[in-house]
Amino acid sequence: MVYTTTEQPDMTQSEFLNVVLPFKDKLYRLAKRLLVSSEEAEDATQEILMKLWAKKSKISGYKNVEAFAMTMTKNFCLDRLKSKQSGNLKLVHSNFTDGGTSLQREVEVKDSLSWVERIMEDLPQQQKMVLQLRDVEQYEFAEIAELLDMKPTAIRVTLSRARKTVREKLLERHRYGIG
Amino acid sequence: MELDNIKKLLDKYFEAKTTVTEENLLRKYFNGEEVAPQLEQYIPLFSYLSHAKEERFTKQVPLKPRTYHYRWISVAAAVILAFGIFFGPEQYREYQEQRQAEIAYNETRKALSLLASNLERGTNKVAYLNEFEQTKQKLYKND
Repeated sequence: MVYTTTEQPDMTQSEFLNVVLPFKDKLYRLAKRLLVSSEEAEDATQEILMKLWAKKSKISGYKNVEAFAMTMTKNFCLDRLKSKQSGNLKLVHSNFTDGGTSLQREVEVKDSLSWVERIMEDLPQQQKMVLQLRDVEQYEFAEIAELLDMKPTAIRVTLSRARKTVREKLLERHRYGIG
Repeated sequence: MELDNIKKLLDKYFEAKTTVTEENLLRKYFNGEEVAPQLEQYIPLFSYLSHAKEERFTKQVPLKPRTYHYRWISVAAAVILAFGIFFGPEQYREYQEQRQAEIAYNETRKALSLLASNLERGTNKVAYLNEFEQTKQKLYKND
């Protein structure tokens, strides 16, 4: 008949969702850290989950589906950003209200949470990812090293640099007494 | 936890030498009520980091087995193709036969109408003959 038989029986939809459920939010948060826009991060996450679903017959063979999915997300988002840059397109996001009134609003923003978020936005991509994976998701160094294809020592250096930059900017703000 | 300890942990944190457990201690301290005034500038950082993990992916994933659809579309296409191969030539032959019949009919009609017009011309000529006959009869009667 038309069916091609694979070695492993296919996962059902609910089995797949059970595998994906524990880490789908982590994929989304990583995507958002890199792409900034929540809409784009949602699209990227959907895309990744659909790609995983298409590979579902292979998934059960993987030891660490989460690490695999995180790596996929990282690569996907970095590709996105790269093609955007080469296409000379501005990253569009509607997370913040735009334009004229925003200057005044920015001064008024008392929300120091989003302030930290913006400090993180300005970090180089590598630092962003390391900070996200360690300080938000609390992965161990070995796991981060695997995900980012870096040596653990390099991760330590990058992480320290990122944390110090955030501290510096926070102290600056604190000193000026805004917020 | 006493202040000295926290300060030490903070230094370790910025050198990226703390463990996850130690980092959790820091979070707990800075999210708590009694943060020393000289350290309060770190509150936003640690409270943000704890909050950032609460963001959720809420969109539905369209997992409807779209691979299945593609599979069935190809089956349908194969069936249609098979039908075409089986019944196509017969249909075509029927169509060709009908066309040929039509052509033959038209040709015959043309031929018949040609014949008819010629026949008419023939009878017109015969009319003269009739005149001749009548005159001849008249002559005989007069005899």
